[in-house]
Amino acid sequence: MIGTVLLGIFLLCTLLAPVLGGTAAAGAAVMEGAGEAVSFCLRIAGGVCLWSGVLELLERAGVTARLGRALRPLLGRLFPRSAGREELLSALSENIGANLLGLGNAATPAGIRAAQGMARLGAEDELCTLVVLNTASIQLIPSTIAAVRAAAGAASAFDILPAVWVSSALSVCAGLAAAALLRRVWP
Amino acid sequence: MSALLDLTAPLLICCALLCAAFQRVDIYGALVEGARKGLRVMADILPALVALFPALALLRSSGLPALLGELLSPALHALGIPPETTLLLLLRPISGSGALAAASELIERWGADSLIGRTAAVMIGSSETTLYVSALYFAAAGVKRSRWAVPAALCADLACFVSSAWICRLLWG
Repeated sequence: MIGTVLLGIFLLCTLLAPVLGGTAAAGAAVMEGAGEAVSFCLRIAGGVCLWSGVLELLERAGVTARLGRALRPLLGRLFPRSAGREELLSALSENIGANLLGLGNAATPAGIRAAQGMARLGAEDELCTLVVLNTASIQLIPSTIAAVRAAAGAASAFDILPAVWVSSALSVCAGLAAAALLRRVWP
Repeated sequence: MSALLDLTAPLLICCALLCAAFQRVDIYGALVEGARKGLRVMADILPALVALFPALALLRSSGLPALLGELLSPALHALGIPPETTLLLLLRPISGSGALAAASELIERWGADSLIGRTAAVMIGSSETTLYVSALYFAAAGVKRSRWAVPAALCADLACFVSSAWICRLLWG
């Protein structure tokens, strides 16, 4: 899908360059963009690696697992059918716990195990709810974008945290509300 | 409050170190191994960004995003979303790296502590790559009919963009 978008952008901007921003600017932009991608990665790599190290500490100290266990009652209400099965509930709590800490590498395999279990169980509505929860970010510490802000000279890279929490909470609520509404009217 | 937010990174690292110390985790080994994993993440992101940055730079040089922002500005204005973030909004559900590229461009052009820069950061920090993630989950579960999942997830994205713009205007506008 993103490939089609790239094709569209290149065709449109190259063919229309003479009438839009100018041919010289378009030619320079492409090569500069490639260099910029590498220097951008170098600028944020320090922050990303440091944060990845901190998350590894939390993971090894069992914080992810404990967070997941604390969420079990809530998950039981959101996923009543799946919560009856121990292996599904533990995959779900692992998925949500890892998502809260921003551990994408741990969240996805657990989420997929839960999704497969729900499909076997025939719990289609609960599978859709799981997808809605995973597509709305519930990450508590958005470390990558904090690294980008730090690299761009932010006075305090994490001062966006309260705003991110409010916005995440509102969007998760909106997603779950839309889910509750749509599941009634959808065939 | 602001001093607490300034100290977020060192405080969180202290908490993580304490948790790890209580559980008798090899602290230094875990930090180094985690950083190594982070390096692998960067190695995955870099090729994607090398493919995406030139396209976005070309797009920017054409002035089309500004044109598109103007075109959509009545709708965006009604929702309270700054038109400068149009490209970010359109890329966010499709491509995580694409959205990161668009957001970092806004943050660097307008400044990390500007309203636009902060709005872009909050938007990307409180949303996910909706279409990619839902495709991945349904494919892995072997379910063809995704029913209402994608519309509901896109509702959440729209709510995220509107609330991000609103809270940033409230706090820093």
